[in-house]
Amino acid sequence: MKKIILASLLALAPMVSLAAGEGPHLDKAGIDLTDKASLQRGAGHFFNYCVGCHSLKFMRYNRMSEDLGISDEVLKSTILPSYKKAGDTITVSMPEDLGKAWFGKAPPDLSVTARYRGTDWIYTYLRTFYLDDKRPYGVNNLVFPDVGMPHVLWELEGAKKAVYKTETDAEGNEHQVFEGFEQVKPGKMTAAEYDGFTRDLTNFLTYVGEPVRVEREKMGIWVILFLLVFTGVAYLLKKEYWKDVH
Amino acid sequence: MSSLMNWIDERFPLTKVWKEHLSEYYAPKNFNSWYFFGSLALLVLVLQIVTGIWLAMSYKPDAKLAFDSVEYIMRDVDWGWLIRYMHSTGASAFFLVVYLHMFRGLLYGSYRKPRELIWIFGVVIYLAMMATAFFGYLLPWGQMSYWGAQVIVNLFAAVPYVGPDLAVWVRGDFVISDVTLNRFFAFHFLLPFILVALVFLHIVALHKVGSNNPDGVEIKKGPKGNRWSDTAPADGIPFHPYYTVKDIFGVGVFLILFSAVLFFAPEMGGLFLEHPNFTPADPLTTPPHIAPVWYFTPYYAMLRAVPPMFGSQFPGVVVMFAAIAVFFLLPWLDRSPVKSIRYKGPLFKFWIVVFAISFVILAWLGMQPATSLLTNLARLFTVVYFLFFLLMPWYSKIDKTKPVPERVTD
Amino acid sequence: MSNEGVDKGRRRLLIGATTAMGAVGAAYVAVPFIKSMSPSAKARAAGAPVEADISKLEPGQRITVEWRGQPVWLVSRTEQNLGDLETLRDVLTDPDSEQPQQPEYCKNATRSIKPGVMVAIGICTHLGCSPTYRPDVGAEDLGGAEWKGGFFCPCHGSKFDLAGRVYKGVPAPTNLVIPPHKYLSDTVILVGEDGEAA
Repeated sequence: MKKIILASLLALAPMVSLAAGEGPHLDKAGIDLTDKASLQRGAGHFFNYCVGCHSLKFMRYNRMSEDLGISDEVLKSTILPSYKKAGDTITVSMPEDLGKAWFGKAPPDLSVTARYRGTDWIYTYLRTFYLDDKRPYGVNNLVFPDVGMPHVLWELEGAKKAVYKTETDAEGNEHQVFEGFEQVKPGKMTAAEYDGFTRDLTNFLTYVGEPVRVEREKMGIWVILFLLVFTGVAYLLKKEYWKDVH
Repeated sequence: MSSLMNWIDERFPLTKVWKEHLSEYYAPKNFNSWYFFGSLALLVLVLQIVTGIWLAMSYKPDAKLAFDSVEYIMRDVDWGWLIRYMHSTGASAFFLVVYLHMFRGLLYGSYRKPRELIWIFGVVIYLAMMATAFFGYLLPWGQMSYWGAQVIVNLFAAVPYVGPDLAVWVRGDFVISDVTLNRFFAFHFLLPFILVALVFLHIVALHKVGSNNPDGVEIKKGPKGNRWSDTAPADGIPFHPYYTVKDIFGVGVFLILFSAVLFFAPEMGGLFLEHPNFTPADPLTTPPHIAPVWYFTPYYAMLRAVPPMFGSQFPGVVVMFAAIAVFFLLPWLDRSPVKSIRYKGPLFKFWIVVFAISFVILAWLGMQPATSLLTNLARLFTVVYFLFFLLMPWYSKIDKTKPVPERVTD
Repeated sequence: MSNEGVDKGRRRLLIGATTAMGAVGAAYVAVPFIKSMSPSAKARAAGAPVEADISKLEPGQRITVEWRGQPVWLVSRTEQNLGDLETLRDVLTDPDSEQPQQPEYCKNATRSIKPGVMVAIGICTHLGCSPTYRPDVGAEDLGGAEWKGGFFCPCHGSKFDLAGRVYKGVPAPTNLVIPPHKYLSDTVILVGEDGEAA
């Protein structure tokens, strides 16, 4: 009886993961939130390329520098704008209506994007811009069709063209299927360098999504160890008392 | 010490209550692991109330501020993340524990005479929990919060004649808005205290008739006299210390599992915290796929399974609420001469397994986008769900039962 | 109740162990709840040290900056004012600043780092009103010739001199509080941080 119920509950688990498996293929970002050097590089990339339009309005400069091991001097001299204090949040000065006028939609705040879209999505997004004459900025994106954002990193990555092939399905209809990218113009970086660049940036944005995550997981181990001992003692206590019950 | 106790006992029945409900409350000695879930549900209720009050210290029930205030709790408030994850994980844990607690009742016939009222209070508790969870889910003011509330409130609009006005009244506006958020917060804060009162009634009724057990044997009707008392049931043991120490162990096991989720998978892959809820509510854009949180999905699947009739979605709403209301009738639907699954026959065993499987599959279906295949599956299992109840007077009566022993077994 | 065959010692030990661990666990759970009620990162950021530029502060003038939601006064004292401070000893409650209302480095005759500049939190030590600045020596309503300039609290009439020291016979019990501060340059003062013990 119990086994049947347990089995049916367990059967639920793969079904749930099945539910998530939709949408375009995403590349694995393979980030490491404990890699501070990568996070620092990612922060550098963010403040060089992204912060002009995208805010991190829930993230404070000093929390970031503390977590990532960036010294106060470096924070003040390279990251913190002169009119801001270390305890301020990372906002942008671009007015929302201007952003709307330029890109069709105000550039979104990226504080929790990693939790909303997912880490792999961000990584894939940054690497799948391709040339498309029909778009206002001449580029489109594989995981974010008709994206409003221009390919800010194109100087680094270069320009790519999407290659499609025509497939005929069982019902005889023809479909355009994405086959791969073709480099049209080289960038300053090799493909591997660009992957590293975007991985660091993705790592940073994932950190920003939940700054406490590494600490949380470390703490969890201690909590569970404590509870294991507690439960063990409680079990001995239970056994001792239940000797009375026949 | 004893003079202080005397002073209190002359004014308040402290010792009497302690004896009647703990040290001299005789519970059957054969409780198995299924009997952990009652005390665990109580623990989670307390946890939810305490963490909820602490969250309310920093949360702002305002459409402009709500989403930001949740992130403020997650980042700026010291330990706010822990309290928030306790609350969000606790919500799912509460339903999981209560579903197992209810299923225990189904297995061992804990709803049967003389425990009908305990069961009815229990179903009311379940309803109040669902209402609390529904109100609470709007508060983070994310996309899923918003559109989930939008869909559920629109159920009221399906009520004939008064529906549209009713939905506007519930929202206090023509759309889900700041007003709605504000009143949902008020209800979300109030309902847990009503839950406490209902739990009190649930336990008072339980202690009046005494606990059922996996054998479904009434220990009060059996022989008297045990190690602790000559007048107590022979198969009873004092709740304290025997079941208190046992429940402490159960709490330990539960907290290990709870912490594993809280510290390592608080989103539970999008089941406990849904990904679209990490983006603020936007009344102009619906997320591509909306689904309620997992504990509501069986009913959501039933709602979607029923096709509109007479140009109205109302029948689906009726079916959904009927699926919960039918629990109230359970004590009178079961005509079996025995209580516990241990002595019930193959028919009942078959049906209860089928019911459990339907419930789980409906829960899964409620999370999926509605395709015609899945909708048909949902229809099938909705019918099975109801047949479990509606055919019960018949199959429970003709079933081949086994003889129930005089005394509880080990 | 019968206790045959019960190992009482073992029970007592296990009860003790379980209770102790439970208490430790409960204490650990309580800490986050208690700590969550102290100022958040947002409040701490708002209460961060503020810089005050005194380059344009003329002798005898006062400017006010906000630190932790409180007014902090910066007053440029004239030579005349500094001379007057000496003469007031007899009418003050705590002329030598014995009460710990200032950092150690301001426990001096002028209650300041530089004699010419006063820095003080502009909150009356009586019930928390903000006194008014009355530099007008000899003001009729404040005791005529005896008034050498200072601060007067409109709520309950407390009087302070230009070093924030409280007069005798007024409701306020202690001198005005001097916040921790330091000079970043000759003309920029950082209020709220002094580089000493953090």
